[in-house]
Amino acid sequence: MEWLGLYNYWVVVVLMMIGFYIVIAQGNLIKKLVGLNIFQTSVFIFFISLAHLEGGTAPIAIEGVTAYSNPLPHVLILTAIVVGVALTAMGLALVVRVQEAYGSIEEDEIHKQDDLH
Amino acid sequence: MEVRRWGCVIEAIIDIVLLTFLVIVGVAILLVRNLLAVTMLTGIYSLLVATLFVLLDAVDVALTEAAVGAGLLVILMLATIALTTQKEKVHAARQNAVALVVVVVTGAALIYGTLDIPPFGDPNAPAHVHLSPRFTQESPEEIGIPNMVTSVLATYRGIDTLGEAVVIFAAAVGVLLVLGTGRVRRRRDTEEHEDEARERS
Repeated sequence: MEWLGLYNYWVVVVLMMIGFYIVIAQGNLIKKLVGLNIFQTSVFIFFISLAHLEGGTAPIAIEGVTAYSNPLPHVLILTAIVVGVALTAMGLALVVRVQEAYGSIEEDEIHKQDDLH
Repeated sequence: MEVRRWGCVIEAIIDIVLLTFLVIVGVAILLVRNLLAVTMLTGIYSLLVATLFVLLDAVDVALTEAAVGAGLLVILMLATIALTTQKEKVHAARQNAVALVVVVVTGAALIYGTLDIPPFGDPNAPAHVHLSPRFTQESPEEIGIPNMVTSVLATYRGIDTLGEAVVIFAAAVGVLLVLGTGRVRRRRDTEEHEDEARERS
């Protein structure tokens, strides 16, 4: 069971790389934002995995329990989730504007139109 | 004690299954070309992440992820797809090979980095011996709220939360500005067209 101790972190790395690959290799702007979302979610999982304590419980005070997960990473990720969605909303609004200005949300088509002018 | 040990084993199995599902959904998002399907997969992905957070004892984070990630984000993406397009175009493979090399090298470096991290759930990990006891043992009496995440969020890290509110406000203003100007300009354009048409007639 020893190798299991790092399984969470390996999956975090795999998810992060899937997100990274979508961001740099795919040309569709909406898809890129989804990739960014996967990337940041993997960071969330990383933090929450670090906060987990074997045999601990959720950080809500109960009589007779002494082992809790670390509440600090939970707070940081709570903030990060909301900020992440705010940024994604901003990105999607920019995508809508790009569609209005160029008539396309594919990166190479936008570059082609820029080269023409 | 036996029951407790089995509980840990079952938790580990659910953990592995959820994480494996996450990777499968991630690969599906990568491969699927229909953006509507990608949006639905994003919703499933967020729901799986929220379930994983419940399993990892982060109930507040799970609630937020389920509401914001699986709810709000999907609605925003659906609205964007409605205003733009649903089909994604396929790209040249040459550029993708370079990206794949970059991703594999970065991933390998990160995997190598994980070897130094203390094992999952280890009570002696630095994360559990430094600040955590201070919050888990003293905050319920100091603040008077049993939920430690709430007390840390609203008091010890209150300025951080204020910063979060500022970011949300800025993003809301940004979205309104970006989408609003387009509408004003379009209206102006149509008015000009109408004027020209009137002059011509």
